[in-house]
Amino acid sequence: MSDNEAQQPAILAGLIAVIRRDLLLSWKRPGDVLNPLFFFAMVCTLFPLAVGPGATQLMFIGPGVLWVAALLATLLSLNSLFVSDFEDGSLEQLLVSPQPLPVLVLGKTIAHWLCSGVPLVLVSPLLAATYRMPTGVIGVMMLTLTLGTVCLSLLGSIGAALTVGLNRGTALLSLLILPLAMPVLLLGANTVSLAADNEMYSTGIWALGAYAVAALSLSPYATAAALRISNE
Amino acid sequence: MWTFFHRLASPPHIYRLAAIFAPWLLFPGLVLVAYGTYGGVFVAPTDYQQGDAFRIIYVHVPAAYLSMMAYMIMAVGGGIGLIWRIKLAHTVGAAAAPLGAAFTLLALLTGSIWGRPMWGTWWEWGDPRLTSELILLFLYFGYMALRAAIDDTLKADKACAVLALVGVVNVVIVHYSVEWWSSLHQGQTLLRKGGPAMDPAMLYPLLAMILGFTLIFGALLLRRVRTEVLYRERRTRWVREMIMAGQGGK
Repeated sequence: MSDNEAQQPAILAGLIAVIRRDLLLSWKRPGDVLNPLFFFAMVCTLFPLAVGPGATQLMFIGPGVLWVAALLATLLSLNSLFVSDFEDGSLEQLLVSPQPLPVLVLGKTIAHWLCSGVPLVLVSPLLAATYRMPTGVIGVMMLTLTLGTVCLSLLGSIGAALTVGLNRGTALLSLLILPLAMPVLLLGANTVSLAADNEMYSTGIWALGAYAVAALSLSPYATAAALRISNE
Repeated sequence: MWTFFHRLASPPHIYRLAAIFAPWLLFPGLVLVAYGTYGGVFVAPTDYQQGDAFRIIYVHVPAAYLSMMAYMIMAVGGGIGLIWRIKLAHTVGAAAAPLGAAFTLLALLTGSIWGRPMWGTWWEWGDPRLTSELILLFLYFGYMALRAAIDDTLKADKACAVLALVGVVNVVIVHYSVEWWSSLHQGQTLLRKGGPAMDPAMLYPLLAMILGFTLIFGALLLRRVRTEVLYRERRTRWVREMIMAGQGGK
């Protein structure tokens, strides 16, 4: 009992230490955060250029485009989740540390979400406005993107852990993660579309929330197992 | 008991067993499929709504069922391999993946051919099963790509097992989310959900086809397991001795 109580703060401290470290590293290398963000903005720019500037068209495709772009941008940033740690050996230190690995992995994933998901959500209203999205719908979109990027970071961490030692780049990671991420995209984008059509959209939000909670509780274990396999 | 299992699962033993069992699955399977084909094409009455187009279910339904069955085999095999460290389970999973992908492709193709006269289009995004089957195909591709990307077989086995287990949880979510999504886009599903009671002359050939396809799948799986075992054990003594003895075929 007393052992448990003594361990509790140490686990939390480990989690916080990992988050702090990764945030600090991102702060020192802002490119890792900014590049996916620019990518997100550029993909969103491509569609009006390709489809044409008609307002009704843009309103129609807006939710889907923003969501697909967010998904691809997250995918792009996932590639670097474990790679640099793998290369400089700090990943092995995480593996041999007395802290439970799923907690440390969760820390890294939270840091990843703070550096990729949160900026995406913050930038998305600007892009949504260029797609003539009404203000109320923008709120719904930000909410779905917030929940959705949580899901994507957690899911993606599994794929990133599976592919960490392989020099196959993003293509393999996309192949692994995209089919898994399709439900998230489907729920997210269609919820925004429903909101834009003034229909009831709460089902999608609840489902996304449920997905996020499930992913939060299960995926760190899968990621930890995958990391151990990749580093054998 | 554990020693029994380990002896049972030892590669030379499995290699022999698979060769013995495969024909016992293959030939009854072929007979059933022959009966099912005859019954399905010539005996079963024409559907009052769909005409003769419905006859494609005799391929479509077994293929769709096996596409999911193979994924379950991959996931369960992966789970057994991870938990009890039985290498054979991984081998079976690895052998099942291309078969599953092939049946998924077959289910998609027949579904799309069926869709042409029924819906007037080769592909209907509104049908939830077509969409989730497509996602299942991508999951197979991911599994096979991951296996191909990792050189070390032991590592590939474990990594693929994790992926298959994550995927199997996701397949359920895919199913329900796609169903929700397609219900947004159209009033009702184009195909009847439960379906009306089937004429026995239609039903029995279908059951025969499902069972026959499963048996043939089992035979093919055993065949692939043999190949996989042989490949994995290519540097061991028993393989060399067997080849030296000139028994490569049996």
